[in-house]
Amino acid sequence: MKTPVTFTLNGADAATFADPGQNLLDMLRRGVGDLTPKYGCGQGGCGACTVLIDGEPHLSCLVLAETVQGRCVDTAGGLADGPDLHPLQSAFMEGFAAQCGFCTTGMLMAAKALLDRNPSPSREDVVEAISGNLCRCTGYEPIVEAILTAARAPRQSTGRTA
Amino acid sequence: MASTSQVEFRKDLFADERDDNLAEIGKPHIRQDILGHVTGRSPFYDDHLFDGLLHMRCVRSPHHHARIRSVDTSAAERAPGVVRIIRPSDVPQNMNTLLGLINFGRDDEPLLSPEKTGYKGEPILAIIATSVRAAQDAVAAVKVDWEVLPYVLDVEAALAPDAPTVNATYPNNTFDYHDRYDHQKLRFGDVAAGFAEAAHIVEGEYQMSPIEQAPMETCGAIAAPETNDRFVCYTGSQGLFFSVAVAAKQTGLPSSRLHFIGGTVGGGFGGKVDSHHEPLAILGAMLTGRPVKYQWDRAEEMQVGAPRSGERWRIKDGVAADGRILARQFTGFFDAGAYTRLTSYGVQKCNGHLPGPDTIPNVASNAYCVYTNRTPSTAMRGFGITGVDFAIECQMDRVAEAVGMDPIELRILNAYRDGDMKAHRRVAKNCALIESCQVVAAKAGWALSPAAQQASSLLDGGVGWRADIPETVIDHSGEIGERKRTGLAPEPGAGVTTRETVPPGTFTDHPATGNAPQRADMEAEAERLGFKVATGATAAPPVPMPAASSLPSSGQKYLGGAPPVAPFGSSDPGRRAEPPRTQARSSEVTSSSGPSLPAAARPGTPAANQGPRAGGWASAPPDTTPTSPGSARPPAEPPQPAPPPADSARQPRRPGVSRFLSGPRGRR
Amino acid sequence: MLEVTVTETLAEAEAAMTDRARFLGGGTLIMNRVNYGDQRFDRIVRCREPLDEIRTEGARIIIGAGVTMAAILGSRDLAFLAPAARAVGGPAVRNMATVGGNLVAPHPYGDLTVALLALDGQVVMADGVVQPLEAYLGARRGLVRAVTIQRPPGDAFRFRKVSRVKPKGVSVMSMAVCLNRAAGRLSGVRLAYGAMGPTPVRVPAVERALESASLDASGIAPALAAATQGLDPPDDALASGWYRREVAPVHLRRLLLGEGAR
Repeated sequence: MKTPVTFTLNGADAATFADPGQNLLDMLRRGVGDLTPKYGCGQGGCGACTVLIDGEPHLSCLVLAETVQGRCVDTAGGLADGPDLHPLQSAFMEGFAAQCGFCTTGMLMAAKALLDRNPSPSREDVVEAISGNLCRCTGYEPIVEAILTAARAPRQSTGRTA
Repeated sequence: MASTSQVEFRKDLFADERDDNLAEIGKPHIRQDILGHVTGRSPFYDDHLFDGLLHMRCVRSPHHHARIRSVDTSAAERAPGVVRIIRPSDVPQNMNTLLGLINFGRDDEPLLSPEKTGYKGEPILAIIATSVRAAQDAVAAVKVDWEVLPYVLDVEAALAPDAPTVNATYPNNTFDYHDRYDHQKLRFGDVAAGFAEAAHIVEGEYQMSPIEQAPMETCGAIAAPETNDRFVCYTGSQGLFFSVAVAAKQTGLPSSRLHFIGGTVGGGFGGKVDSHHEPLAILGAMLTGRPVKYQWDRAEEMQVGAPRSGERWRIKDGVAADGRILARQFTGFFDAGAYTRLTSYGVQKCNGHLPGPDTIPNVASNAYCVYTNRTPSTAMRGFGITGVDFAIECQMDRVAEAVGMDPIELRILNAYRDGDMKAHRRVAKNCALIESCQVVAAKAGWALSPAAQQASSLLDGGVGWRADIPETVIDHSGEIGERKRTGLAPEPGAGVTTRETVPPGTFTDHPATGNAPQRADMEAEAERLGFKVATGATAAPPVPMPAASSLPSSGQKYLGGAPPVAPFGSSDPGRRAEPPRTQARSSEVTSSSGPSLPAAARPGTPAANQGPRAGGWASAPPDTTPTSPGSARPPAEPPQPAPPPADSARQPRRPGVSRFLSGPRGRR
Repeated sequence: MLEVTVTETLAEAEAAMTDRARFLGGGTLIMNRVNYGDQRFDRIVRCREPLDEIRTEGARIIIGAGVTMAAILGSRDLAFLAPAARAVGGPAVRNMATVGGNLVAPHPYGDLTVALLALDGQVVMADGVVQPLEAYLGARRGLVRAVTIQRPPGDAFRFRKVSRVKPKGVSVMSMAVCLNRAAGRLSGVRLAYGAMGPTPVRVPAVERALESASLDASGIAPALAAATQGLDPPDDALASGWYRREVAPVHLRRLLLGEGAR
């Protein structure tokens, strides 16, 4: 039996139905059409499906979809404000912090959770923040650099926090 | 710019070889696909929404090697959500081999195995259901009565006469090279003579495990009927045209009815060329009339996804007291797993890389593509090269130890120089191992002798024996089936030998391996791929094709076919080695400047001049692009099939739009 | 096919449990199995009771089974437990993974439980019955409401996780110790290992060898000699049992003497 789920997605109301046992990743992608979180493992091992729930990073493949009822979910789909990119997105672009791009949205959300909580992270903080996110093209170094660059960037109106 | 490049461009090296009017290299440049990556809008294959999407999961063998006594699908058929079970008999062309596309090897692998499975995880049925969970439940409800068979997991055990047969298409557990041998031979000079002259014999055995590509995005494809009598297929394939051709063959559809969309790959590393998902997903769409997704989960990706083959190498070097390597012999075993995939090609690619980046006057190699009851192996980042490089560089350190020489100096001493003749009878050019060693040593604060510091890839190459194709000791041991009958040792040089000169581009009357392409779709036209095809009577080597009726007018259009002994010979027998750029090409003339190597006689040659052979500095590393089998320059990896036939021009130019593709949902 | 049963209280959830049901805590264990179509269960039971209290009661601290690793990291009262909580997963996993789930995590997971064992952990079951954590780990049956631990004196508690990937990796082994003392000598030391058996375990042989010992190289020598006594560490993809046995004394020494190591 399907369960109705209403929640806030990237600041807007969202409503859909969850299948029994369906995970949040699948509900976001197929139920709501937000394709920015990615399926990499279904085991919590890769971080490609990372989204924020009430501002904190979660692995959407391991969240029972119906449990986000009434909560705020943020995905990489909500990072940019129209054509205005989030500072993290700009820093990833300019710093060559993506190769195949499959881990990127998860990395961005893990990084956003860090910067929202700690606007001036140390390098160790950044490494820790993305320690649950794998990049198989092994571009960790530019990713860490890009996050530090974004943290140093002046906070503009595009640097939304929610 | 957020980050500065750590790459140092040494423009002082080879300044005269390079056009420096390059507008891009050395400058930061934003990737053209990066905006899609950072906004999450790059369209990976799974990022397409379909109404009524069905999900496919496979029933897989839990055994290394087993025969299927019976399959009971009655419970699965009744399971909720099940739409269709695809059986081996539903696959129009169940048997395939990837390199059939370039006329190399026999169809040896079923898409769904009907009788016997050769590795743990081999699929025997595909179940299509309305949800992943329904498909998973139905897969679990299938009862298979397995007869577990003896299995072999070690490459050398698989060569033993009493080893179980892994793959019925290759009953000797080895790929058939050139329709004659159970291995790929490389022969250059006389290794036995080189060993006899050597001050040191250094032997080593090296092994590299299979390596899973482990892309972040698991392999998969979504196929759906389109309104124009075509099937659209979104795929994570690394070789889109490769996958089109395989799908066309296995589904029995002309490729003009297949609309493939790909190119956005969530990491491939070689593991997304095998083209199993596309034919199965399309078949699912054909049989159900609905969109079907076939996506591996991570466990399948790791267990069933084809890794780089494991390799075992035995290397024997004969080394002069001064560190020059006089002879190098290889025995190599590539673990193909249960089916060929790309390992047969990896072996040949490897053959063009031997003996490594060193000019060695006498080289022999036997390399085997061996079937075992392991997961089939395929392409993976330099497959065929990386494993043997690991072995060679470990071996070089052992040689340095045996000789009592600095390991970097040993490499500089033996490195290819421009103009040197390589063992596969191509001339070395654009060599840079020496310069790389010098830069690395300097960066590491590693002292080099003045001679090593002054050595150059541009000096001393192609002089005397270094430029020559030597008289070569040939043997014909290891013919197909011989080893299985006799337990013949795998090393080179067994049996009766003869001395011959084997020039580049030599063809004998042994036919090239492989089938004619089964479909005109798969015809590889060398000219259209940019390969020069020789013209004129002398340049038309016989390229036998078993199914003559299916051939196009000229056999030259095909890539593939390889001579038995010098597999890297050019298709143009008239092509000669290029002379070195920096010095006269003459066996009598030594180089113009710098510490140079007298044109000594070829070591190991019976008629060699016994005069002083200076411990000289000469040679250089290999081409940056390894060559591969075939009478023409090989296709890039993975090999690409031909462009679609001319009649596809009559198809609508605009891509068809699936009637299942959701409009307003998701992204623009 | 799968069903989800939602209850208001843990007691109701307990009543809804069957052999073919699994209780959903933070999701990191159960949803993994759901995603892979585990046929051993067809019902997920979850309850709305949050079980997320962290409360001090005398010398003991009560930690609800629903407390996440992140919540432990955010708790002033549990600061001593932070190294163990931080050893679990990345930030996203720590926002999800709970104390209750950690108790039932299969090898090689369960690093926090190792710490709880060293802190005299006791388990409060759904019905209020209290049992020692070791006893619970023997069968791991029944729903857990909370775990209580002894607050360690001073800097007596130490935790170490050994993994092959930095900064995060699955355990080759983890170790926790509470170096209780009496009259300047070690006394009543509690030591536990993770990834050295099917579940986290206390190591009585080492605890005995440390009784009345001095905390220095010679004092702990008998304990190092007994480091893996009575244990049969498993082979897995991360390390062989042989390797685990060989390196355990090295890591035990570093743990006991507080030596730094990469």
